[in-house]
Amino acid sequence: MANGNGRTSLKERIKETNEKLWSSQVVESILRPGSPFKQGYSDSPRNRSYVVMNNVLYHLHPVKVKRHGVRLSYTLCLGGLSFFLFILLTITGIFLMFYYTPTAEIAYADMEALSTNVAFGSLVRNMHRWGAHLMVLSVFLHMSRVFYHGAYKPPREFNWVVGVILLFLTLFLSFSGYLLPWDQLALWAVTVGSNMAGFSPVIGDQVKFALLAGVEVSGSTLLRFYVLHVLFFPFVLVVFLAVHFWRVRKDGGISGPL
Amino acid sequence: MVEIPEDLLRRSAEAKAKALGVPVEQVLAEMKGEGPPVEPPKIEAPVEASDKPEPKEMVVEAAEAVATGDVETITKPATPEPGDEPESIEPDVTEEEEPFEAPAAAVIPDEDAAAAEAEEPAAAVATMGEEETVPVAPSNGGGGNGKVAGLVSPRPSVPPAGLPEGVRTQRLLTVVKARAIQNVKAEPSDKVNTWPHLMLMEFGALLAITGLLVIMSVVIHSPLLEPANFNATPNPSKAPWYFLGLQELLSYFDPQVAGVMVPLFIGLIGFMMIPYVDKNPSTRPTDRKFAIMLYSIFLAGSATLTIIGVLFRGQGFNFSYPWRDGVFFDDLKDWVNFE
Repeated sequence: MANGNGRTSLKERIKETNEKLWSSQVVESILRPGSPFKQGYSDSPRNRSYVVMNNVLYHLHPVKVKRHGVRLSYTLCLGGLSFFLFILLTITGIFLMFYYTPTAEIAYADMEALSTNVAFGSLVRNMHRWGAHLMVLSVFLHMSRVFYHGAYKPPREFNWVVGVILLFLTLFLSFSGYLLPWDQLALWAVTVGSNMAGFSPVIGDQVKFALLAGVEVSGSTLLRFYVLHVLFFPFVLVVFLAVHFWRVRKDGGISGPL
Repeated sequence: MVEIPEDLLRRSAEAKAKALGVPVEQVLAEMKGEGPPVEPPKIEAPVEASDKPEPKEMVVEAAEAVATGDVETITKPATPEPGDEPESIEPDVTEEEEPFEAPAAAVIPDEDAAAAEAEEPAAAVATMGEEETVPVAPSNGGGGNGKVAGLVSPRPSVPPAGLPEGVRTQRLLTVVKARAIQNVKAEPSDKVNTWPHLMLMEFGALLAITGLLVIMSVVIHSPLLEPANFNATPNPSKAPWYFLGLQELLSYFDPQVAGVMVPLFIGLIGFMMIPYVDKNPSTRPTDRKFAIMLYSIFLAGSATLTIIGVLFRGQGFNFSYPWRDGVFFDDLKDWVNFE
């Protein structure tokens, strides 16, 4: 401790406090074995396994992965990025929900207030919108990557099917969010989109009616799209995501090298 | 008669004594033929597998498991409990010295978590077991080589003296499928630890996309047009960009074809059926020229339609040139806005 003049230097005291803090019972109880933040962590194969196994988020991963799957050029991280964008959209979406009312009278005023009165409101809305477009793009590119690698072949057929469902859910999520600003762009884009659904054979009118909660876009449509957007589609998407990730592991991890 | 080294005899006696719960000296004396046969404190019928072994299955016969030193923790599942002991326990060093670690370690399926935990200790035990088994039972591969024959213990070449006819010195420990107990042919797999190799990569990608999105959101503003007005139809009215390819198709085909049949039967059902239609097992691009060509046509086609829909459709959804008539796509209205 002595640094020449018999006193403890500030640097040493900080170091000491830091060590005391990280080895306290509270921290010890939070960190599971193998955590890199634990005192005395050493880089060993056992600890490398523990890092993955003993963390609720990381244990989506296997302890070991095929070496070729780690290469950026193999997957371009597209599946992971799609998932991460979904998380970002959830976070920004929750933020936006605080400031948005899904009624035809107030929705547009809320959107204007968001970009003028709310701190970071404009930034978060932009992130939500561009993130949604990026997610549609990355899910689509992920599907293309999987196709070109032939990664849908046995035993991964069913996971491809789940993936196609996830792509459509992503499109529905994006499309249902498109109406919420309640401006001219939203109104008429959704009118065009739902008119397409109205061309369904036999049950076209019924499909359109169920989608719009009426014969044309109205305030009821806004509420319907809002609930679909913030609750229904995310819920269904998460269920299929869980199956998707689980099957990736069960079907033998990432597909083999070409 | 095979000469049994003293230390091996001693160890097997210890294992048996532990299993039976009797003093070691008693067992040792009995093994050397100097004492009365050891009876377990409580005799019960051996617990055997209830289902009948099928022809494809094989029976792993194992003597009392070796429970010495480090092996004990690993082989715990295979170590017999005192109550499970068969009626007759006779010295059978050839069998007793056979480590049972291979099935115990290999029974764990290729589940990363469990396997990774067992990996190091199991390997150590296998090495130890093989070395020690060689002098006693050279015909046996130590149980660790994974061959079917290696898993089935050979009958003792010399039946122990003083055994009544028909008394078995082995007992059924478990019935295993012929294939599943371990990977006989080790598949060459080149694996790396997820932490740090994969997760650092993912963390980098995560930071990159967040950075990209924040910069994009600062620079480019989301469009917000006039309030929704049912009486003012904009000209043209366009769908979101990912549906513009479909909207483009609508101007060539009947709405039922372009608006419903294409997305439903090509988009949803067609794509879902790909793995079941494509029977070609190869994943090499050179073997899949047709599939790759089809998908590339789909990619190029949808990209072309979307670009036409976004940039080259103007008033009344008629063709226009973006450099002459401007872009009629409100999503791009504030595309670059350095405010």
